[in-house]
Amino acid sequence: MYTPHTDEDIRRMLERIGVGSVDELFARAVPGEMLTSGGFEDVPEAMDLASLIKTMRALSDRNTASCIGSCFAGGGAYAHLVHPAVDQIISRSEFLTAYTPYQAEVSQGTLQAVFEFQTMVAELLGTQVANASMYDGASAAAEAALMARRVTKRNKVLVSEALHPEYRHVIRTYLAGLAPEGVEEVLTIGYAKDTGATDTVALAGRLGDDVAAVVVGYPNVFGVVEDLTSIAKAAHDAGALLVTATAEPVSLGILEAPAVLGADIPTAEGQALGLPVSFGGPGVGLFGCSKKKARHMPGRLVGRTVDTRGKNGYVLTLAMREQHIRRERATSNICTNQGLCALAVTVHLSLLGPEGLREQALMSAANAHALRERIAALDGFEDVFDGPFFNEFAIRSKRVPVADLIEGLAERRLLAGPALGRWYPELANVLLVSTTECLCTQDMDALVAALREVGR
Amino acid sequence: MDFPNDLKYTKTHEWVKTEDGVATCGLTAFAAEQIGDVVQLELPEEGQTFKLDEPIAVVESSKASEEIFAPLSGTVVASNMDLEGEPEKVNESPYGDGWMFKMEMSDESEVSGLLDADAYAKHVAELKEG
Amino acid sequence: MSEKKPVDTRHRAVRDVVRHVSFDEPAVFEKSVPGRRGTRITPPGRSLPDPGAWLPEAMIRKSPPGLPELSENEAVRHWVRLSSWNFCIDHGFYPLGSCTMKYNPKVNEAAARMEGMARLHPYAPESGAQGALELMWSLERALACICGFDAFTLQPAAGAQGELTALMMIRAHHRAQGNPRSKVLIPDTAHGTNPASAALNGYRSVAVESGEQGILLAGDVAKVMDEEVAAVMITNPNTLGLFEREIRQVARVVHEKGGLVFGDGANLNALMGRVKPGEVGIDVMQLNLHKTFSTPHGGGGPGSGPVGCVEKLTPYLPVPRIVRDEDGSFHLDEKMPGTIGRVRSFYGNFGMLVRAWTYILAVGRSGLGDVSGMSVLNANYLMTLLGGLFHRPYDGTPMHEFVLTDKKLKKETGVQTMDVAKRLLDLGYHPPTVYFPLVVQGALMIEPTETETPETLEAFAGALERIVREAGEDPEVLHEAPHATRLGRLDDTLAARRPVLRWTPGDEEDGNAS
Repeated sequence: MYTPHTDEDIRRMLERIGVGSVDELFARAVPGEMLTSGGFEDVPEAMDLASLIKTMRALSDRNTASCIGSCFAGGGAYAHLVHPAVDQIISRSEFLTAYTPYQAEVSQGTLQAVFEFQTMVAELLGTQVANASMYDGASAAAEAALMARRVTKRNKVLVSEALHPEYRHVIRTYLAGLAPEGVEEVLTIGYAKDTGATDTVALAGRLGDDVAAVVVGYPNVFGVVEDLTSIAKAAHDAGALLVTATAEPVSLGILEAPAVLGADIPTAEGQALGLPVSFGGPGVGLFGCSKKKARHMPGRLVGRTVDTRGKNGYVLTLAMREQHIRRERATSNICTNQGLCALAVTVHLSLLGPEGLREQALMSAANAHALRERIAALDGFEDVFDGPFFNEFAIRSKRVPVADLIEGLAERRLLAGPALGRWYPELANVLLVSTTECLCTQDMDALVAALREVGR
Repeated sequence: MDFPNDLKYTKTHEWVKTEDGVATCGLTAFAAEQIGDVVQLELPEEGQTFKLDEPIAVVESSKASEEIFAPLSGTVVASNMDLEGEPEKVNESPYGDGWMFKMEMSDESEVSGLLDADAYAKHVAELKEG
Repeated sequence: MSEKKPVDTRHRAVRDVVRHVSFDEPAVFEKSVPGRRGTRITPPGRSLPDPGAWLPEAMIRKSPPGLPELSENEAVRHWVRLSSWNFCIDHGFYPLGSCTMKYNPKVNEAAARMEGMARLHPYAPESGAQGALELMWSLERALACICGFDAFTLQPAAGAQGELTALMMIRAHHRAQGNPRSKVLIPDTAHGTNPASAALNGYRSVAVESGEQGILLAGDVAKVMDEEVAAVMITNPNTLGLFEREIRQVARVVHEKGGLVFGDGANLNALMGRVKPGEVGIDVMQLNLHKTFSTPHGGGGPGSGPVGCVEKLTPYLPVPRIVRDEDGSFHLDEKMPGTIGRVRSFYGNFGMLVRAWTYILAVGRSGLGDVSGMSVLNANYLMTLLGGLFHRPYDGTPMHEFVLTDKKLKKETGVQTMDVAKRLLDLGYHPPTVYFPLVVQGALMIEPTETETPETLEAFAGALERIVREAGEDPEVLHEAPHATRLGRLDDTLAARRPVLRWTPGDEEDGNAS
């Protein structure tokens, strides 16, 4: 499929080249003993278009937990409203089927969009500059930790235990290859069991002149909003940089921009700003810093310049930080950005505007605060943390195991979670619940009713 | 191409001017032409010490990124911060405003290992032929 | 900027070109009008509380982010106008070497947008995500079968991240043997990501020159191979489009000293269904689903970079792994003691995996060899059509792509690779990859892909003939190309020397906004 060649085409082409067959062409290019003798059993036979669609539809239908109705699940992926225009714009062939904008004269659409993306991300994070995007929020946080090591020329990275565990895991994985044998360079700082925020006393105790970066979630994995001002002060007093990771970027509609509170390299996952949850990917990593540190920044950058006729235009720039020029001395091995996802975020934000984003954030938070009160009042449930939170909170089931709870909700076409026990043994029976602006009173009534039935 | 007689040179295209135990260093006109339009530099910080031939700075054009090696051992006493805003000075005035850093030499005998203008000119001529 | 006199636009060479659509459109921020809205978020009548109800004052945003304020109509128009400034595969031929710009089938897009795919939450209970898990498990098996490997991970978000993952696995393997080793060998034809990925794993790169035929020679590898070398990184076919004929001998040399062979799978398109990398000595390899498996390039991403490996490296694959239970159901397993960890959150760029699986089902088992067959046929046909028009630095039958240079043209007319590339824009084509691989001066790297018709290749060859003719008659037209695009050549040096990386209020007064 998808090869347009007729038998006559092939005959004519082979004749012009002067070979007898396509196999003969391969025989010239590849030593015969390296051609495979076959064995493609795990590749199905080709399907006609109708069967193909039917097969994919059947797979899709077996994902019975997809959030068709109301979604209270969070933990780094959020079912916020996506404006229908977003998918129509990013489905345009001109954006969808173009490559990285190397030929600037015929890529101005992509380039200007990235320039606008960089501007919007810098506005959200409160930084002077932002890059063209990273793979996702977790790898952006890991790249930020690497960048902090380059800037400070120090090695240790202190990671809050209340940072999303998968983000922590990615940071450890990224840094593992650079540490001398037997030396642990990523250290964990615990969280306060009452507030759910990073334990600032423990943090102060560990900070020292070997620490490159402190990494915290903002809000953290429990939904709690960290006190960045005091964490930033502690980090800066020790000469370390503060890296923040925002897994729920809608929060930035009402939360102070992380850089304003002292974050040196704020990062975020942009999925909630215009992309579907899509089983966790693709997402898009947001990454910002000061102008001064920009040359240490990983990832692509688009800059404005002029053409031969003096007209404004955009190009990929500051490429000397990158792998194709610096090779082993590059700031990162990253080649491209998450182009289309960054575009989706930019289109989405242009439709929301500052007021739309703020309302989205306020409604999400208002729903969460109302819901938490109702759930905590139920027989069989209690609050876990009392720190300030945005749209996500932890709730303990006192009687019913959390797995049964999730199962019971699923039977009622409701989805919440994740269960925090998967990462935190001390939170064995704790469920994360998150809300968006898409939920109405009836949705929340349904969740409360379901928990009342299942949870006692 | 201009290679002033009062300067010393390295085979890796740095120039050196010594005065009272301090060496001022930059990139030769030949190297500046080869690398093309310089767009950014990474210069050493004051107080850092380097040994002969250690990587000390990076010069970047839109098509290449080249390491600069310490032409002598010593401690950096100044970096040309003007180049941050006007990197084009490396191309326009390689031996003047385009200087890159000054080092206090820790071993002045190393100066004798550098090339004089004639020897460097010969080296460049060989490269061009090669 | 250029002080040369602009070319006379009445000139036939300038007139007889493909005109590109060109609406003017400023930065989106310049269209912003305070109070204008594109989306209603709050239900009418609902009042919103002050965030001070929940948050301490210091945590509340003092000034709103500087996002533009537009109506839906204005916003959509902005994006559609911008889109019209892009060249894309659906416009025309895009022979960008090493990037495999093949057609992106539309049914892939439809599948990825099905609600059960797009709206499945990553923390949905596994019992409610069986379709997704089955899809991923099946895709892993199919890729393993196509490549001749034991297992695959689908987690890496792009080819470069897959490469990084593979290097991490290599390091983990050597560490388990008692010595992580310190170096990797990289041929001079390699992609720039190779040395960068090595450095991120603490490895020093040692360059190995390719032989006169443009391929890596086992003898040259043997000279630098020792027990400190963790791996050799090989792209096959290499970036010259040539099959690495000595790959088995190279692998033997490396394996004898306990090293591993990393394969850069960027060019799998040329081999699919005919050569299995795992059968010719490669131990671990990343794929780029947007190249071989037709997922869209999206202006730079998202990609997907699955990594496959031979059995002895499977313990190090990232977690979670997808496991099939005896009852035929699937679950995710986080507990793999040897694992390198994880390189991103969740399970991979699932949306891209859906597209790739849709593609594999459409192509099918017996169609795999057609993909590589027609891509190699197209490359050879186009090369034959071009005859001696350009200098070709390396002989040998190319596979899916071939490399030419401007050597002859430059000597005869002064016209260089960049001029040819820019002139192709005038004639309605995207240029080939230029100035890569680095071992070839003035390289033009041409990859037609299997989805192009011979008529398209003939027309493209005609365009290059025209350019060579123009170079002889009127080289100025080429030096100043493109003429038909919205903008002329852009000043890269200015962009890098005086970086303007974001819009700031007041920019519109700078005057020369387009």
